[in-house]
Amino acid sequence: MSSNSSVRSDRSGAEASLRSQSFRLGERIIIGFLFATAALSVAVTTAIVFSLFIPLPEFFSIVPVGEFFWGTIWAPSFANPSYAVWPIVAGTVQVVMYAMVVAVPLGLASAIYLSEYASKGVRKTIKPILEVLEGIPTVATGLFALYWLRPFIENLTPWLPWESPFSIGVAGIAVGFIIIPLIASVSDDAMRSVPNSLREGAYALGATKMRVAIKVVLPAAISGVVAAFVLGASRAVGETMVVLLVAGGGNPQLVWGFTEASAAMTAFIAARATGEIATGTLDYYTIFAVGSLLFLMTLAMNAIAIRFVNKFREVYD
Amino acid sequence: MASSSTPKRARGAVDAAAAITKSLSQSADQSLKIRGMIFRSVLLLSMTIALIAIVAIISWALVEGGQRLSWGLLTNNPSSFRPETAGFRPAILGSLQIIAGVIFLIIPLGVGAALYLEQFANRERWYNRIIELNIQNLAGVPSIVFGILGLAFIVRGPLDMGFIAAAGSLTIALLVLPTVILSSREAIRAVPSSLLEGAMALGVTRWQAVWRMVLPAAAPGMLTGVILAVARAIGEAAPLLLVGAATFVTFDPNFWEGGYSALPVMIYQYAGRPQDEFKILAAAGVIVMLGIVVVVNSVAVWLRARYERTW
Repeated sequence: MSSNSSVRSDRSGAEASLRSQSFRLGERIIIGFLFATAALSVAVTTAIVFSLFIPLPEFFSIVPVGEFFWGTIWAPSFANPSYAVWPIVAGTVQVVMYAMVVAVPLGLASAIYLSEYASKGVRKTIKPILEVLEGIPTVATGLFALYWLRPFIENLTPWLPWESPFSIGVAGIAVGFIIIPLIASVSDDAMRSVPNSLREGAYALGATKMRVAIKVVLPAAISGVVAAFVLGASRAVGETMVVLLVAGGGNPQLVWGFTEASAAMTAFIAARATGEIATGTLDYYTIFAVGSLLFLMTLAMNAIAIRFVNKFREVYD
Repeated sequence: MASSSTPKRARGAVDAAAAITKSLSQSADQSLKIRGMIFRSVLLLSMTIALIAIVAIISWALVEGGQRLSWGLLTNNPSSFRPETAGFRPAILGSLQIIAGVIFLIIPLGVGAALYLEQFANRERWYNRIIELNIQNLAGVPSIVFGILGLAFIVRGPLDMGFIAAAGSLTIALLVLPTVILSSREAIRAVPSSLLEGAMALGVTRWQAVWRMVLPAAAPGMLTGVILAVARAIGEAAPLLLVGAATFVTFDPNFWEGGYSALPVMIYQYAGRPQDEFKILAAAGVIVMLGIVVVVNSVAVWLRARYERTW
């Protein structure tokens, strides 16, 4: 970090001297092109914001804002239609909850093991393998959860009411496995950048390895670990295919329960938009209303995570 | 009397105290050791569960779909009535076209943006900071939101391309672009600045130094990032659902016109059917998809091992 900034200041001096000596049009054009490629990402964000928000006035001219946010029933095809986003948000909340129940302990434990206990060789083999788990297409994970994990959990817990072919709990667990590598690798990075002097000080005072891991390294890396959790939750909010396959994307109802079918926000959008839907229908507009909410939610979570990571970097760099 | 017995008694007390402390600290040592071992085993068990999940997903697909593996799976057209002979031909072709478009777009755009941010951007300027923050945030936007962008901006709206493979390709390219930029920046940062400074000290311009020295040195790392992004793009289904890949196609797709499908979307469609044969077919599709992903990833691993340099 520090070497980087010194290079940067050296360079700005070099640039100033170059500019005074010669003017190269070709290079100016090239650098202009490079700037354009970088600025494209801002254009993409702008396009996303416009795509999401432009249809909103149209939607809210038909559906009252209060009903959308504070109602409890999603019933678009009834004679007296009701459009409340809460049932869909509740689906997402449940998926994230079950996912975190799985991913936080497993991910954090893996991270502590990798950073404090594993030898260099073990870490070098395990980390890429965990990356494989992250790289498995979510459709594949979804199929596995639908056809293998669900019957497996159903056999383990026969007292639960397994009536619907879909289950929000199984979907959440599968999403949890998807985000384990993310949580593990971000927390591992955070814990490994805790300076060794902290560990050595604790050892000198007679602390055991376990105490050092739990009472010294973990608190020292806590902002990075929290960032890992928030990033994992944000990833779980955005996960689509597993939720669509396992929890269903059909008519969303406000339900709380491991074995219930419930559409999360992502699955709702995917189910609604599959195929060609007619532009200008209310059904079409609901995609954008739910999508905007999803976008804002993940944006807020990512901003929090980035802030935590930066805070952590400030302390130890 | 008292003076003669005190040292004796004191010595006895000291001995006793020492023995007690010793036994106490020993038992404490024991229990601490056991607790440490239990803790360590729990950590190891947790990590093993995560690793077992990978094995389980892959072996489930192999066991379930293995019986359907044949060339017909790759070359036959899909069918809603005859799952025994149905294949993934148009979906595989569609995926390959989409991937080709993605590669064509993300290499210049990703590398260009990374070069600008690492080598030319003055971080004091507000617009450069906005670009950086924006890329970080864009990398965390859910894929389905990119699908909405594709639907409202690329398929319809300003670009108005229609439900064609090119639109799907552009959508996926925009989705993976932030990760490509981030990994390319890492690759550039790993190149020591002495290379650049040495070249510039010999009188070349900054762009010449970047083009001739930094870029070749960073190329393997960048390529690895691009390939990993491509591997991700192969399995991405959610945004494609919104930009038209969900239509049931039984003909070879054309990049610029007509309906198209993609491998993960086709798998999803087969999975939704009640008959067991379709479940087997979907699992077989997963094997094909994982096969492609594994091959692509291996190329990345090989490249990293072959060309990686430590400075």
